[in-house]
Amino acid sequence: MTTTTLIANGILNQHLIDPEICIRCNTCEATCPIDAITHDDTNYVVMADKCNGCMDCISPCPTGAIDNWRKVPAAEPYPIDAQYGWDELPPALSAEQLAAAASDVQDLSQAQAVIAAAAESTGSGTGSSTSTRASASSASSVEQSVQESFRAASFGATVPPWSAAHAYTNLHGPKNPVTATVVGNINCTEAGFDNETHHIVLDFGSMPFPVLEGQSVGIIPPGTDATGRPHVARQYSIASARNGERPGYNNAALTVKRVTADHEGRPVRGVASNYLCDLKVGDTVQVIGPFGHSFLMPNHPRSHIVMICTGTGSAPMRAMTEWRRRLRKSGKFDGGKLMLFFGARTPQELPYFGPLQSLPKDFIDNNFAFSRVPGQPRRYVQDAMRERAADLAALLRDENTHIFVCGLKSMEEGVVLALRDVIVQAGMDWDGVAARLKQQGRLHLETY
Amino acid sequence: MSTIDYSVKIPNNVDLSGDRTLQRALESWQPNFIKWWDDVGPEGSTHYDVYLRTAVSVDPQGWAQFGYVKMRDYRWGIFLNPAEQDRTIHFGDHKGEKAWQEVPGEHRANLRRIIVTQGDTEPASVEQQRHLGLTAPSLYDLRNLFQVNVEEGRHLWAMVYLLHKYFGRDGREEAEALLERQSGDENNPRILGAFNEKTPDWLSFFMFTYFTDRDGKFQLAALAESAFDPLARTTRFMLTEEAHHMFVGESGVSRVLQRTCQVMNELGTDDVNKLRAAGVIDLPTMQRYLNFHYSVTIDLFGADQSSNAATFYSSGLKGRYEEGKRADDHALHDQSYKVLEVVDGKLQEKDVPMLNALNEVLRDDYIKDSNAGVARWNKVMEKAGIDFRLSVPHKAFNRQIGALAGVRMSPDGRPVTEQEWESRKNEWLPTDGDRSFVASLMKQCLAPGKFAGWIAPPVMGINRQPVDFDYVKFQ
Ligand SMILES: Cc1cc2nc3c(=O)[nH]c(=O)nc-3n(C[C@H](O)[C@H](O)[C@H](O)COP(=O)(O)OP(=O)(O)OC[C@H]3O[C@@H](n4cnc5c(N)ncnc54)[C@H](O)[C@@H]3O)c2cc1C
Ligand code: SF4
Ligand code: SF4
Repeated sequence: MTTTTLIANGILNQHLIDPEICIRCNTCEATCPIDAITHDDTNYVVMADKCNGCMDCISPCPTGAIDNWRKVPAAEPYPIDAQYGWDELPPALSAEQLAAAASDVQDLSQAQAVIAAAAESTGSGTGSSTSTRASASSASSVEQSVQESFRAASFGATVPPWSAAHAYTNLHGPKNPVTATVVGNINCTEAGFDNETHHIVLDFGSMPFPVLEGQSVGIIPPGTDATGRPHVARQYSIASARNGERPGYNNAALTVKRVTADHEGRPVRGVASNYLCDLKVGDTVQVIGPFGHSFLMPNHPRSHIVMICTGTGSAPMRAMTEWRRRLRKSGKFDGGKLMLFFGARTPQELPYFGPLQSLPKDFIDNNFAFSRVPGQPRRYVQDAMRERAADLAALLRDENTHIFVCGLKSMEEGVVLALRDVIVQAGMDWDGVAARLKQQGRLHLETY
Repeated sequence: MSTIDYSVKIPNNVDLSGDRTLQRALESWQPNFIKWWDDVGPEGSTHYDVYLRTAVSVDPQGWAQFGYVKMRDYRWGIFLNPAEQDRTIHFGDHKGEKAWQEVPGEHRANLRRIIVTQGDTEPASVEQQRHLGLTAPSLYDLRNLFQVNVEEGRHLWAMVYLLHKYFGRDGREEAEALLERQSGDENNPRILGAFNEKTPDWLSFFMFTYFTDRDGKFQLAALAESAFDPLARTTRFMLTEEAHHMFVGESGVSRVLQRTCQVMNELGTDDVNKLRAAGVIDLPTMQRYLNFHYSVTIDLFGADQSSNAATFYSSGLKGRYEEGKRADDHALHDQSYKVLEVVDGKLQEKDVPMLNALNEVLRDDYIKDSNAGVARWNKVMEKAGIDFRLSVPHKAFNRQIGALAGVRMSPDGRPVTEQEWESRKNEWLPTDGDRSFVASLMKQCLAPGKFAGWIAPPVMGINRQPVDFDYVKFQ
């Protein structure tokens, strides 16, 4: 079990016990390593000022009562005395109440409450490059290096799944960028870590900017580069569902990791990522795009989605998961499964980790892999995939299954090799399966 | 923290492989255990794959691992909570001395008796529940029953380990005897009365896991304070597992109530006959079952005055519930406690030395704890707008042990004549008619997500799984 982030931008995700379900068995109190749980004759309660979100108490609780969380202004958690008096949990505060209490978080508070899957990068990545490159003058070095790419990249599809919605691309180029307003910016990893990742919500006002899960946008950082020319745009995947981070508003979310070192580990301040992470609510940003027309989610109700990602590769996964979650709420997609493999160096670096864990198990099958947890062997997404070989193979036999891979370039080869092993071990023919996956737009690779 | 070596027969965190003799002794006990399980464990369940929670180590990450397991392959093993460095005895006459890592000679007999008595209850309840699977109201409930069963089995292992490791030959013989006695067996019954009662139906099972397993919680909690460190560490870990049993009871009864209330509202009646005809258990019958299980269970705490209890406490063998959280001198020599007695047909309180009243102290703690749950059951009726409340009967009602044994008392604490008792006991305790009615509802209902008509589905599934999850897979 790993930690969950408790405070971001003035909003506390307060750990509470549901008095209606709790049987007062004392297991949680006995388990908590830092004595953050106590009780009186009526209720078991968690002390907000003590609980560090280590999650040790979660699985031992026999009832599930312990796994309850409420967003509250960090300065006003529910005090112990109030919790002792509860017969049931109080209703969640509305986004408006939270926003009023915690100055700058409006959409964001809602964003965090609404869980996340990963966002896939725009259709610009590996396979489907041409149009994107043309549109974004940001035909950046990043993208080119992806082009050289691994052998693995050749397995990625360049066509979308048959049931994908039609994507708009390149509505706004670098010559006529859209000015978007920042309506939220929160850290969605544990604060204080080098690899801070921010969840940023941009509002497009009345400008048309329709996006689908899996697409990306380009952000033009202000100012000029060393040669005195305007900065090129950097791409960021959409991390919210097609109807907006806040449904019904013309907005979209991004997941941005603050780059503080280059790929070789030398200290460097990434231009766009630091600019984005430092934005305040109300600031404006120049946006181009949208980009991407093949890394798009299938929409038919029996489609299964296997998502494999690392770090900010989670952005498109969050978008797809959230859209599925909203659809499911309305009774659609009962048969379609979601399976997620999510890798990071440590749990603290996993964006959206807390929310992701609170999604119901029958909705998404989560598999985490951490490569740098002290005292534990390194584990990568491909290791997790191999562990779940039986279930993956079952999905791969199904023509309704689509696979999305997104994250650091270096993951691509390992993931494709793991897929191959799973298929071969299950007695299927790799060449045939791989060819079909590609032709039918069912395997998508998006790495940067 | 020890991790479990899966290559060994008996998973453990006590370095069993470093103690050859002990390992051999336990390995020779193991086949008898399995035979016992096959003979009197859950009937007909051998081939089922059950979604069980298994402990593989005692740290928070390790002790709640979920997956499909055949019960026979459950990782019964020996897990002790991690040792506390330099733990000292914190009550009784040895207060402040170092906790014992070995059994002191003078306490050997008493400790063995305590451990054997605790150990005897564990297989007993498995035996009592042997046939319940055949009438499970849902897959979810079936899984919960099996989880309770395997954990009782593991608790037996825990006690057997202590007997083997610390009590030599006597211990080995006692460990064997644990598998020889049998619940309800006329010639060789289980040690404690409640464990020879039948658990004939699921309502009894829920009442049993609510009331009687809660006795287990309080006994284990008192033993978890023990100066004998291995016992304290063993029982502390057992407590974490015990919680699930009480959950099954509390939520089980609550779901029965919920379903009854629902039908009461649908039919707009509280007529017992109409409700029974509609296939739900009427509330007065619930109250009678409660009266029975409660009164039988509070007897398990023993006589209200007991010199054994005083000895156990003073010598550090068994503490009070939450001993460490109490603000007194933890020696209790000059203190007194009130117990009930009957004088001239009237109940009255009398002061007795606290040390002699420790059974009563534990019983009172228990009573407070079980009352709180009954109050939560009453919320079910309150929410449904139904004007009926359950209550626990008076402490002196239907007692067989201690000063109150045989006293005729109404549930609300009024001494009654033998005549009144005879004429009204059918109002107060389940009748044969009640039991056969409840039995008539007990039909297996095993389609995933389906529940028998007399019980509501749970609020949530196990381990965040959906309620209609395949909790048990049949071959
Ligand atoms: C299709 C696509 C989708 C993308 N989606 C996202 C997304 O959702 N979220 C996100 O945070 N990023 C995403 N990126 C990466 C993003 O576009 C930028 O490359 C990244 O934010 C770094 O930009 P910068 O301006 O901060 O750093 P720069 O100033 O451009 O670079 C500084 C130095 O850091 C190196 N560097 C660049 N990126 C990284 C990195 N990720 N890790 C370590 N070193 C790096 C560069 O090589 C350079 O040496 C995506 C890229 C592509 C191509
Ligand atoms: S999350 Fe950790 S710190 Fe918080 S109550 Fe649970 S065990 Fe204690
Ligand atoms: S472990 Fe769960 S059920 Fe038990 S007291 Fe804690 S919250 Fe309540």
